[in-house]
Amino acid sequence: MLLIKNGRVLDPAGKTDAALDVLLDDGRISKVGADLSDHSAEIFDARGLIVAPGFIDLHCHLREPGQEMSETIETGTRAAARGGFTAVCCMPNTQPVNDNASVTRSIVDRAAASGSVRVWPIGAASLGSKGEALAEIAAMKDAGIVAVSDDGKPIATARLMRQVMDYCDALSLPVIDHCEDASLFAGGAMREGPHSLRLGLPGIPAQSESICVGRDVEVAAMTGARLHIAHMSTRGSLDYVRWAKNQGLRVTCEVTPHHFTLIDEDVRYDTRYKMNPPLASRSDREALIEGLVDGSVDAIATDHAPHHAASKDVEFDRAPFGITGFETALALGLAALVHPGKLSLMRLVELFTTGPARVLGIERKIAAGESGDLTIFSADHEWTFRASESPSKSHNTPFDGRAFRGAPMATIVAGRVVFRR
Amino acid sequence: MLQRLPHLLGIEDLSTEQIAFILDQAKPFQELQRHPLKKLATLRGKTVAVAFFEASTRTRISFTTAAARLGADTMALQAEASSLKKGESLIDTVRTLEAMRPDGIVMRHSSSGAPAFVAQRIEVPVLNAGDGMHEHPTQALLDALTIRDRKGKLEGWNVTILGDILHSRVARSNIHLLSKFGARITLCGPAMWIPRGLETLAPGLRRTTCIEEALSGADVIMVLRVQTERIHEPALSPEEYVLRYQLTQKRLCLAGPDALVLHPGPMIRGLEIDSTVADGPQSAVLEQVTNGLAIRMALLYHLVGGAPADAPHPAKDRSNASD
Repeated sequence: MLLIKNGRVLDPAGKTDAALDVLLDDGRISKVGADLSDHSAEIFDARGLIVAPGFIDLHCHLREPGQEMSETIETGTRAAARGGFTAVCCMPNTQPVNDNASVTRSIVDRAAASGSVRVWPIGAASLGSKGEALAEIAAMKDAGIVAVSDDGKPIATARLMRQVMDYCDALSLPVIDHCEDASLFAGGAMREGPHSLRLGLPGIPAQSESICVGRDVEVAAMTGARLHIAHMSTRGSLDYVRWAKNQGLRVTCEVTPHHFTLIDEDVRYDTRYKMNPPLASRSDREALIEGLVDGSVDAIATDHAPHHAASKDVEFDRAPFGITGFETALALGLAALVHPGKLSLMRLVELFTTGPARVLGIERKIAAGESGDLTIFSADHEWTFRASESPSKSHNTPFDGRAFRGAPMATIVAGRVVFRR
Repeated sequence: MLQRLPHLLGIEDLSTEQIAFILDQAKPFQELQRHPLKKLATLRGKTVAVAFFEASTRTRISFTTAAARLGADTMALQAEASSLKKGESLIDTVRTLEAMRPDGIVMRHSSSGAPAFVAQRIEVPVLNAGDGMHEHPTQALLDALTIRDRKGKLEGWNVTILGDILHSRVARSNIHLLSKFGARITLCGPAMWIPRGLETLAPGLRRTTCIEEALSGADVIMVLRVQTERIHEPALSPEEYVLRYQLTQKRLCLAGPDALVLHPGPMIRGLEIDSTVADGPQSAVLEQVTNGLAIRMALLYHLVGGAPADAPHPAKDRSNASD
């Protein structure tokens, strides 16, 4: 038993913001109330700290099976725990691709054996994510997937998207799309604009993303199915999502911390600034922040994409896309959104908890009987992020060495403290 | 006194003083090219690595000759003959070169930023001989020297750059350099090669797709090579390009008789430029090549030689002549 005392409970589900204690027993929350005491429980003093439902990351790459040089389920989930995440959804672009139940089961088994936090796999939408035949989605659902996606690339055609959405709707699985028009993407390395022209790097226009979001929301209107837009980075995409929501369509979206923190002008010849979607224009970042504030954006997701050092220590245009993100996500949210007064703490917590939970069609709250997953954080703790101290196998992040105010202080999964700062 | 440059990665970050200093340093080396004996011993005992990760003939020969005329030895790396084909990374290849202890690395690469990437990781000076679509600083410097010689000064001209600006490192370096000296620069070409936003690269830029508009009042015209290997999206037929953008004698008349015509080469006669113009009195194409040697000698002397900026000029010190 674990008794969390003296904390400030922030629970978006019940709009609770109060000094409450939380008692955890047998992996679940057994009691929430003022001045709880239990002589047999271990005490966690959360004075000055915020006690939130366990954070969920909708979008990460754990690289296992197949790319264990960059990350494993063990190292990735340790980094996730340090970032305050109690559950992470791993994308299927492993080797082999998670497009059948045996790969799904192997991920679930590895996570049970070596994971620090819960691992909820996302299955491929098409076999090999090749955009042709449907993957074995129902079998993967039985094995534990929580959504489908061909992440790394878009679901290839509108026709396939229609089939996937219809099929997944019957299985109550959301379809997550990485939106990109291949012909506009055309070998680009960063967002097209004055800065890409200056650096002479091939540009990816913003419309490469929004054209595909437009296609997807039209198919969502056609099928009525659950659509979730991954790592959305432009104003145009957000406008399509808003339109869809106004139509009453079941469309949601996520934004990454790097897209609400950095912009294309921050890019230099340093592959830690190379990710897909690329860092967007200043105006697009402002739009994303507006969306986070007004509720059009449903979740913050990291797109944690580890790449081992040698693969990133190359010419910019030859480097793979992606940066790590678990450990800096909350701190970036505080730095870019909460501390400047754009977002309330409650709304930030929502974007890490009930927001992503709703995307997956589950509940997340601090109440008796709920699973004992909690994230305890400080909004003021001063620290400096050092990639070299990360348990992740990869250190490809532009935020290495950045000083922050606010950090995860403890991560509790099923009543057990898996990380404590 | 000017501080010695650690590397030459691009023009964008140079000051007008630094640029003027390099042009002044090149002057005696220009004169040296007219001597029967062109070789100095200034860099005797020094080694320059000439690493070309992308095909090139003229820039490579120019740098190699410049090094030879300063008395330096060169070691050449050609991408197709190197271990890059065997999968070695750029940084490992460059570190291998560095382990042979050169005193400077001249580098061309098809990736924008590759010289900057290398310069952060090795100790010796890096000279950018052209990186992707980013910069080709020695080309802009030799163009500036040519303009200064032919037109008496570098400041304040109306400059027109014609062709595929989007993919051109020559254009970018020239834009940065000439803009620093107060040029009004017109970028002209098919619309997809002069994309919106290009005019934000430096002060004094405008874009137009109309060649007649671009040429009227021009003091300097830079014709870019139509890079057939880069006409990928979507392909534009050569006939179409000739029709609208070839620099012909008739079009040149719009610019007036004193306008100077430059071309970085290699030149495709009958495509971006008409032979009459290329060989005409307003063309400085071959002077550009000779000036390229002088500029590269000045830069190698400065970066590889490591002399203080106010040292006596080697080409003026006759005792320095070798063999």
